[in-house]
Order: sequence, then C-alpha cells, then structure tokens
Amino acid sequence: MAAEEQSKMTRWMLPEGIEETLPEQANVLEQLRRHLLDYFSSCGYELVQTPFIEYLDALLAGAGKELGAQTFRITDTLSGQQLGIRADMTLQAARIDAHQIKQDGPVRLCYIGTVLHTVNDGFAGSRAPLQVGAELYGHAGIDSDFEILELMLNMLGLAGIQDVHIDLGHVGIFRALAAQAGLDKQDEQLLFEALQRKAIPEISDILDRLALDSHVSQCLSALADLNGGVEVLARAEKIFQGADASVMAALDEIKQISALLQQRLPNLPVHYDLAELRGYAYKTGMVFAAFMPGYGQEIARGGRYDEIGSIFGRARPATGFSADLKTLMTLSAQLPAAKTGGIFAPANDDPTMREAINALRQQGERVIVELPGQQGGAVDMACDRSLSLVKGKWQVVPV
Amino acid sequence: MKDIFTIALSKGRIFKETMPLLAHAGIEPVDDPETSRKLILDTNQEDVKLVIIRATDVPTYVQYGAAEVGVAGKDVLMEHGGEGLYEPLDLEIARCKLMVAGPEGVPSGHGRLRIATKFVNCTKRYYAEQGKQVEMIKLYGSMELAPLVGLADRIVDVVDTGNTLKANGLMPLEHIADISSRLVVNKAAMKMKHERIRRFIDLMQEAVVKNRPAG
Repeated sequence: MAAEEQSKMTRWMLPEGIEETLPEQANVLEQLRRHLLDYFSSCGYELVQTPFIEYLDALLAGAGKELGAQTFRITDTLSGQQLGIRADMTLQAARIDAHQIKQDGPVRLCYIGTVLHTVNDGFAGSRAPLQVGAELYGHAGIDSDFEILELMLNMLGLAGIQDVHIDLGHVGIFRALAAQAGLDKQDEQLLFEALQRKAIPEISDILDRLALDSHVSQCLSALADLNGGVEVLARAEKIFQGADASVMAALDEIKQISALLQQRLPNLPVHYDLAELRGYAYKTGMVFAAFMPGYGQEIARGGRYDEIGSIFGRARPATGFSADLKTLMTLSAQLPAAKTGGIFAPANDDPTMREAINALRQQGERVIVELPGQQGGAVDMACDRSLSLVKGKWQVVPV
Repeated sequence: MKDIFTIALSKGRIFKETMPLLAHAGIEPVDDPETSRKLILDTNQEDVKLVIIRATDVPTYVQYGAAEVGVAGKDVLMEHGGEGLYEPLDLEIARCKLMVAGPEGVPSGHGRLRIATKFVNCTKRYYAEQGKQVEMIKLYGSMELAPLVGLADRIVDVVDTGNTLKANGLMPLEHIADISSRLVVNKAAMKMKHERIRRFIDLMQEAVVKNRPAG
C-alpha cells in the first residue's frame, strides 16, 4: 500500500488517552457542568478560569514539584522560555487567591476545565480529564473542612453518583510522629512509601533498623493498622497517649470532624485511615476521598493544604477538593436527559415564517431549517414536529 | 445479591501454597485449576471466587478492583512498583531469592554489562543504586540461555534451589532481595468492605503463623 493511502487510513487516530466527545455525551456533559457550577454558585463559590498554558517555573513552583513528570512542556518561541500545560488547577486557583484577590476574609473559588497529563493515572484512563473542583481559602478549622466535604458530597449527588463512601485521614499525624522521631528526609520518605502500601513487613524492617524511642516506634508501626470504623479513633488515642502535643492535636481535629459527620450526616459510610497520606507533599491537615461500590479507585479527593500560598507571597489556610467530571459521568446512575426532539421548518422565503422561527427559538425550542435540496426530512433531522402553513398561519404540527 | 469476593491467584507454586492458608479461612476451591479450563473458579463459599491469572497480572487486577485481594510474589510487586495497592501481609510462601547470576569463573570484564531479565525495573534500580550503567535485554523466560548463547553477560532472575542455574553452568553472584508472596488488597475494597477484608487478613495472618515450621 502506498504511504499516502496508509496515512489516510490512520489519520483519524488520536493519541493514547485523548478522546472525542460526541453530541449526545457532550450534551449531557454540558448540562452536568451547568448544574454543578450553578450549585457551586448558590453556595458562594465563584468561578475562575485559569490559564491553560503558562511558564513552567510557575506551574511547578512549591507544591507543584510533584506535577513535574505529569506536565507537558513546550518551548515558547516568543520568549524562549519553557511553558507547561496545566496538569492540575488547584495551585493556579490558590495563586489567584493569594496574588490577585488578596482578601483577608474567606474566599470561595471553583473551576472546571481540561487538564493534561503525560501519563494517565487511572485504569485505562484519560490523559485529558475534565477537572472540576472548589477551594475555600482564609479559614483554618474543621468548619471549612466540613463545608468542603459536604460540597463534594452534594456535587457527587448532583452528578448521579449513588452510595458514596468517604475515606478520612489526617496527614498531620504521620508528619508530627516523624518529627517527634527525628526522622531525616530520606527515612521519612521510605516510611511514607511503605505506609502508602500498608506494607507492614517493610515498615517493621525500617523501624527495626532505625531503633527509635520505643513509644514513637510503636505509634509509627501502629499507623498502618489504624483503619476501619470510627472506633479507630479511640484505639489511636490509646496508642498515641503521651506522644507530642502536635500528634494529639491532629488526632483531635479528626475526632471533631468525625463528631460533626455523625451528627449532620449520620447515614454517610465513613472509613478512617490514619496512614492515608494522599498528597503528603503539600497537604497539612485532613485528607479525604470518595469511593463508590463497584469501582476500584477513588472518584474525588481533597483536603487541607495551608501553606501553599506562601510561594506566591501569602500563606493562607486552604481546603478544597477536585474530581474528573468525565469519570463521574461514566459512573453516574442518573444523568440529566439529553435534549431531544425539535421542529423542522421547510425551505421557504416567507418572512412570516422567519418571525415564527425566531419566536419559537426564543421560547427555547430547537428549530432546524430545511436546506434546499437536502437529503432526509424531519425524522432524519431528529425532529418530532414540523412547522406548517395552516390556514395562512405558521403552526407547529406533529410529524 | 451478595457481594462477590474475588481472590486473584497465579497457577503453580503460589496456588498450591496458598490453598492451605485459604482453607484456614474456610475457603476451598471446587475445581482444580490444573485440570479445569475455567478461569473463574467457584469455591465452597457461594460468594467467594478465585480468578486464575498470570503472576504478573495479579497486581493489575487488584489495583483496578477486578479482584478484591490477590497473592503476588514480592518480585512481581517490586517490578510493578506496588503503587495503588496495599500489601499488608507476608504470606511466607513461595520463597526464593532475586539474584544476579552468570557463567562460572568469568570476570565481569570492562565496559557495560548486558543483563538479560524479565525484571527490568528492579534490575535498573539495583544497578543504578550501585552507580553502574548496564544494558538491559528484556526476555520473557528461559533467562539461563542468554549467557550461554552470548546474548547477555549476566541474568537477573528469581532463584529457588539453584539447580537450573547449575545445570546450565551458571552460578548465583549477587543477592538482590529475598522474595516471598504477599497478600495484596485493593484500596477501594479496603475502605468500602473493611470488615470483611479485615477478617480475611486476620485469618490469613493466623494461618501464616500456624504454617510456620515448629522451632
């Protein structure tokens, strides 16, 4: 086969993890997007649009380091500088709060947009997720954490995700224990990696080698097993008794959140995991994720990250969450119905027909005008009604 | 409908040595994977199934929740990276060693070593930690052949008795890691079916202790 022929056959191919959204899905996705943004707005979260592309240095500053391997890079031919395509909008939103809005009181922002990843991070996943999220800046305390968690739950509900389970942890516990034990960066990293995998045999090996003070060693080795129902918190309190005040303060925070959850959302299944260290590099407090039965990975995630704004000149308390709207759409049990039907108008020069069409469109109707000599009629154009001249007036009649 | 609890296993040694542990948890397969062609095996418990897959596929199945738990060699987990999985329990079965092996009495020589292995990531990491750059040749089996036919200078492979090495004029040279099988658990299952998974882990833990040789 000639090279030209060959390339014609493969020209439709898209890069791995990049996909098209066809009309029906795009319609549903757009309605979902509107519902969610309207809901965020009703809770006081203002929409921001962050740049799709910007200086790599800015994207990867501070907590952005973690995104280095996930970020697509290109060279700006105007400035010669390296640009990066956003892989996550959380940091960009934090910069808008810290550098542009500069308020001292609480600021609530939300965002939605496509981000790009060099490697897909999920199961046969997309490299271009549609990230949707909300962030609350300027308040440190469990009330803002709870507000964000509840906002995420309501968003999942609006997206038709049923039977959501929440996993709750607090990175402050491990961080404080590591500090109390005087671990250096390397050992802390080793222990962190083993904890992420709950690799208890490896954790024991590491702790044996470090020969720490026996109580702190016991606390660290207990972490991987401190997961389960709410009774975990009482168990943790017993084990941690006598540890540094910062350890107990972190535990106290998660206990307070737990009490709030039991009081306000008593039917929500919550799993506690004190070794869950999602986003450990920049998170500072509570971390949480949402799961649903039948899907083996988390569907939304969030937590507190109080120091992030410091690289933009203003450290602000911050808490937020994000999810991929395309993933939510595929998992949804109840999607907004796609708009269907329409009115088919004949090819006709009559000015009164034009007026009738405009009036119908203003009422929110979809009106499709026949093109002279076109193939197919009303039914082929997915119309369930047509516009006809009845007794000298343009009227809508069933097909 | 009752939730199905799926356990991912590979055929052969891991399957054989896992069976007594599962029996302690009250789980026994109805079919024998060596004679049955079924890929999903029923057990004496209606809601527990075993899926029989390639050893290297076990982490993938469990990571994405196609199985709630699985049994995977530490070699396979090291190669996979272990991300997105919990590996809370050393089952202390299917023990062996990950080793560098080569022809007897041949010095390492100059220049870059060529290493034949299916453990590409482990091998890269092992030599990088020693500050050595090596050429890797990815093979899927019969590693021992590679040095004999001049394809590679050394191999990295799991070694049990060392008999295959000896039969092919090779000897173990460097020890990379002790290997045994781990119980791996899907993260989402651990969070949403916590009680059931916890009970299963505890029973397996008991079985491991019981299984230890006396003394």
